[in-house]
This record gives sequence, structure tokens and C-alpha cells, in this order.
Amino acid sequence: MSESLLINICIVILFLPLVGFSTVIILGKKIPKLYIFEVTILGVALLLSIIVAYTKLTFYSTKNIIGAFTWITMSNAPVGDSISIDLGMKIDNITVLMLFVVNLISFLVHVYSIEYMRGDKRYTRYFAYLGIFTFSMLGIVLTHNLLMMYIFWELVGVSSYLLIGFWFEKKSAADAGKKAFIVNRIGDIGMFIGILILFTQYKTFTFDTIYQQIASGNLPFGSNGWLTAAGILVFLGAVGKSAQFPLHVWLPDAMEGPTPVSALIHAATMVAAGVYLIIRIFPMLTADAMLVIAVTGAVTSLVAATIALTQNDIKKVLAYSTVSQLGYMVMSLGVGAYVFAFFHLVTHAFFKACLFLGSGSVIHSMHHEQDIRNMGGLRKKMPITYFTFLISTLAISGIPFFSGFLSKDGILAGTLAFGKLTGHWLIPIIGFTVAGLTAFYMFRLVILTFHGEPRDHHKFEHAHESPFVMAAPLVVLAALSIFIWYTPNPIGADQGWFMKDWVKAPSQVTPLETRFDFMKPSSEEAKAEVHGEVVHSVEYTETMHWAHYPAMVMSLILAGLGILIAFMFYQWKKFSADKLADKIKPLYNFSLNKWYLDEVYDKTAIAGTLIFSSILSWFDNKIVDGIVNGSATVTKFTSGMSGWFDTYVVDGFVNFTAFFSGFIGLSFRRLQTGKVQTYIVFIVFAVVILFLIFKPF
Amino acid sequence: MLHVGLIHFLIISAFLFSFGIYGIVTRKNAVMVLMGIELILNSANINFVAFSRYGNFGLGGQVIALFVIILAAAEAAIALAIVLNIYKTFANVNVDEIDHLKE
Repeated sequence: MSESLLINICIVILFLPLVGFSTVIILGKKIPKLYIFEVTILGVALLLSIIVAYTKLTFYSTKNIIGAFTWITMSNAPVGDSISIDLGMKIDNITVLMLFVVNLISFLVHVYSIEYMRGDKRYTRYFAYLGIFTFSMLGIVLTHNLLMMYIFWELVGVSSYLLIGFWFEKKSAADAGKKAFIVNRIGDIGMFIGILILFTQYKTFTFDTIYQQIASGNLPFGSNGWLTAAGILVFLGAVGKSAQFPLHVWLPDAMEGPTPVSALIHAATMVAAGVYLIIRIFPMLTADAMLVIAVTGAVTSLVAATIALTQNDIKKVLAYSTVSQLGYMVMSLGVGAYVFAFFHLVTHAFFKACLFLGSGSVIHSMHHEQDIRNMGGLRKKMPITYFTFLISTLAISGIPFFSGFLSKDGILAGTLAFGKLTGHWLIPIIGFTVAGLTAFYMFRLVILTFHGEPRDHHKFEHAHESPFVMAAPLVVLAALSIFIWYTPNPIGADQGWFMKDWVKAPSQVTPLETRFDFMKPSSEEAKAEVHGEVVHSVEYTETMHWAHYPAMVMSLILAGLGILIAFMFYQWKKFSADKLADKIKPLYNFSLNKWYLDEVYDKTAIAGTLIFSSILSWFDNKIVDGIVNGSATVTKFTSGMSGWFDTYVVDGFVNFTAFFSGFIGLSFRRLQTGKVQTYIVFIVFAVVILFLIFKPF
Repeated sequence: MLHVGLIHFLIISAFLFSFGIYGIVTRKNAVMVLMGIELILNSANINFVAFSRYGNFGLGGQVIALFVIILAAAEAAIALAIVLNIYKTFANVNVDEIDHLKE
């Protein structure tokens, strides 16, 4: 298959969901069966993306295929001389893997939704929204420049808004949609400024061109500081979209949307877009920017994990777990473990989508019950859901033989090496703590939902295993959570095809003095040798090897400990969770109320915005409107004056003329009787009078 | 013995003229108006003839009187025809009520 054919297939893959969206949104009302068309289209896209991925990874595994065209050319730009903006696609290994992940999960979610959403009054529209979402997500994946990235970024935001607020009759859902949109906007402003910094310097949006420029020493405004700033600002977009610490508050609320949507958007694809963005800008990140990213990720994962400990809504637990895992990926990128971050992105997409769809299956069969305190004992009623859920939980907890173990272990090793090399020990400590917490709260969720005795007998009686179209996606996703797809060695991913052949960290292009020491090449020869891939010092490679086994052992111990404690508390009831919660009431409440972050935002950011806008509104009402009203009053007065002049002077004159003519006419009208006899009388009298006057005789 | 002179003719003519005017002005009936006009014409005729007899103007006055009689006959014929048509149209020959052109 030639390269141009590959590009063309990718274009087809990109636009297929858009075709599905437009067809379904226009004709959906008339032909309710049209959702099948949308599902089929996604099936075709999945098939094509498998073909593309296979071709790319087999025949072009070391080559980046770029298909681009010039969109706008300005020869006489006001700043600089000429600007040309390219649009296009870059197809490298990461792209095709993401293409496969997005299409697969999107397709499975489509299939799953056929049953889950059945009977909804906006059934076809739901599928249309899924279509537009998939289109925008594929756009992000395929783009080779920041401009398209930004456009599709916003499209993803809007389709996410539509899907979160899909049941907009519910106020909470409508609010959650707005919250997600607005919070994302805050991050996007940063991203926009970052893009503009880069564009101002390089007059292009294309990643590769920008990196070439940076590599040749052309820095934004000639300073390393601006390069760091650009990196952090673009990263802000990822903070919003990937729900990183200060802006993570929208993701748990977004659980108001339908559960398959949560699986597609808020677990597997859209939130991964932020991580994908960092992966794309990775070459231009300086050490300072990377440290910011690492710390943000670490804080996010810790905050979210502590909140997840006490949540009682099945979807909220999963939401915070997602935030926590996203924090992991971001942290991993920050510490330079690029490959593991992407690896975790892929594995997490599968097992978290499986968890969400499994929770959807539970919610569906329990008639929209989401509180795990009312569940329990569902293991026997729903065996397929239980086993797939369990496999995914083992994967996320980092148990060997499952995919999560491989990627998580890599990330932890990366943080450990980072701690040893740079002295930032807090990051690995947080990483390991979160690993233990994750195992604990995930097993708490499994035990409370599926094990033990049913706590709500009425709902339990009605619970049933989900039908085939809902169970099949669960099985597929659970199967993908097993190690064998990624590496033949269940405890080390190093030799697997994923790490060894497919995904390679790109080389940094930042000036040497702005990099971490371990990201500098040890010698000139080393630099030449590994050109095109990430350049690490020998020291780093050694440290990574050193970190591998300690990280694995520690993560295993912590995960095992977390699982053990979860079983002690909830399965065997050795301790009472309620008593412990009573004992550490303040801490418990702190976690239960999500660190009071929403309240803090209410009091600070939102209240501040409200005060600011009320000041602005006062200014508008009093000052601006005052000026407008004042000029209106003056105008009104002068026009009143001229109106008076018109009415009484000009019109008066005209009216007087008319009245005078009328008066004359009226007076003389009497003479004109129309009767000949009267005229004759006049004539006679006139003659007599004339005679009397002129006296001719 | 009463001597009939120019002045008497003129007085009669003046009377006739006045009666004619009076008739025209006061009568509503178109036929009566026409009769008034005849009186005026004849008063004028009397004047012509009288001046021709007592004056120093030759026979021209009498010739004109003849013309006027012929003229009056023609005028009467036309006027009566008009009156007849008016009557056919309006069923009325009152001159002050035939005022459709006013509007």
C-alpha cells in the first residue's frame, strides 16, 4: 500500500463519522432506524483504521507520513514578510495506535448504546452526537499542526458539552454541561496564548517546522523563558481537557451524562486528548515546563485518589479514578517517561472504558441506581459484568498479567529514576501512594457492588445480566486488558512490540542548557547515533534499569496491601469502615466533600467573577448607559425645540396661508351660486352701477 | 293732442326690457325664461325701429330689427329643443334645479 493511499484512507476515516453525523441529524427524525447507519459507519471506520494501523506498523514503522496542503497564503503580512498556513495530517505510530483505540472504543460504545439508550426520546440524536464527537476526536489524533489541533479541540469540547447535557431536562445535567464547557475554556485560553507565542515567532502552526526551528536555535523572542512559557501555556489546554488538578472539577460532574458517553469521552478518548497534546508537544518542553507538568500530574493523581476513597456513587468513584490515572500519565510525561505515558494512555483507555461500561450495565439492570451502598451481591446475577469488571479492576490496580501492571510499573519506574536523578523525591512518593490507594478504592468498589449480601432486595430481585450487545463490548475490552496484546513477557514491557518497535520517544529539540541533565546526550557520538529518538544520558538508562525492579516490587506490595485492606474492611468486615470514618471525621469529610474544592471555587473564583461582573454591570448601567442616556436627553430636548418651531412657526405660517386662502374662497363662494338668474341680476346691477359711475349721457 | 315721440317708444322699450329681466330673474321655468329673453330682444327691436324713424341713421335700424326677429325665431327654436331634451332627461325644466355640472 502506497503512502498516498494511506493518507487517503485516513481522510476517509476522519470524515466518515461526520457523514454519519450529518445524515443522522438531518434525517433522524424521519427515519428512526438511521442509528444503525451510524453504527455501521463506525464499524467501517474501525475496519479501515485496523488496516491503516497494520500497514503503518508493518511496512512504515520508522517513517512519518505527512500529507499536507497550504490553506492560506499571505504574501504581504503586516508582521514579517509572508505567512502560509498548512493543514494536514501526520501519520506516525502513535497516530495509528490512537486511531485504532478511538475507533474501537467509539464503535463498542455505539454498539453498547443501542441497548442502553433504547427508548430514549432523542435516540437518533444521541447517535448523531456520538458521530460528531468521534469526528472531532479523530481530527485531534490525525492533525499535524496546532491550528487544526485547536479547532478539533474546541469541537471535542462542544460535542462533549452536548453529550454531558444530553438529558438537559435534568438541571444537574444541564449545569454539568455548562461547567465542563466553561472550565475547559479556562484551559483553552492558555493553550491559545501558547499557540500564538509559537505562531508569532515561527509564522507556522506545523509541529515539525516549529521543532526544526527550535532545534536550529531559533527561540520564541530569543529567550528560553518564552519557550518554557509556550510549553506551559499549551499544557494548560491539557490541564482543562485532561482534568488536571485545579481544573479537574468538571469531570466528576460530567458523570450526569449517559454512562456510555462517560466511557467514551470521560474515560477513554477525550480526556486522553490532553495527554495526547503533551505527547505531541513533548519535544519542545524545557526542564522547567516538564517539572510543572510532573508536579501538576502528581498533585492531580493524589487529590483524585484521596477523593475516590470515600465516594459512594459508582460513577463518581470511576470518575475520580480516571482523574487520578490521567494525573499519572501527565506526571509520567513530566518525568520524561514518554513511552510509558502513551502506553498507559492506551491500556487505561481499554480498562477504564470497560469499567464504565460495566458500571453502566449495573446501573441499567438496577434501574438507574448509582449508589454502591444499595448494591451488593450482584456477582451471581451478572456474571459477565462481574468478571469483566474484575479483570479491569485488576488491571487498574496493577496486578501482573494485566495490561495496567505493565504501563503503571513503567511510570513508577520513571518517577523513581526521576527522583534519584533530580532529587525530586516527592513525585515517586506520591506515585507509589496513589498506586496503593487505587488498589484500595477499586476493590472497595468491586466488593461493595458485586460481593456480599444484597442491601436493596427489591432492586436486587429485578437485576439481570445485560443483553448481548451490552455484554459483548465488555468482553472485548476486558480481553484487551490482558498483557498478551502488548508484550509476551507478563512482568516486563521492555521486550514487547509496543515498547520496542512501535512507540519511541522523540528527541528533545530544546537547547541543551534548558534540559534536565539526564536528557542530555552523554557525548557527541551518542547524539549522532540516536538521532531522531529521545536522547538520554547513559546515566538515565542505567537508573531506569536500576529502578525497574524496586518499582515493580514496591508497586506490587502496595497494590496487594491496598487490596488486602479493602477485603479486610468490606469483605470480611474485620474492621468497621464506618467506625474508622467516625474516628477521623474531619479527614473523612474532607475527602467526601472533594477537598471542598467546589466550595472554594464558589467562594473565590465564581464569587470573584460575580463581583467583577457586577462592577462591570454597574459601570455599564451607570456610566456607559449614563452617557448614552445623557446624549439621548440632550437630543430629545433639541428635537423638542425644533419640533415646536416646526409646529408653531413654520406650520403656523403655512396654515395661516391656507386658512386665509380658504377664508377668501369661502367669502366669494357665495357669489358663485351656479344659477344663471343670479348672475343676470349681478350683471344688471353692475351695468346700472357702471352707468351711474361713468355717466355716459 | 297727444304727440307720440321718440321718448314714448323708449319708455315702452325700457318697460319691456325691465319686464324681460324681471321674467328671466324670477321665473324658474325655462320656457318662461325664454319668454323673458324674447321680451328683451323685442324691446331692443323697438329701440332700433324708433331710432330709425326718428333718428338720422337711415333704414339700417329697421333692417337690423328684421335680422333680430329672424335670429329670435331661430334662437327660440334651438332653445325650445334644448328645453325639450332637458325635460326628457330630468323630467323637469326648472333652471335652478338643473345643476348637475356643479358637482
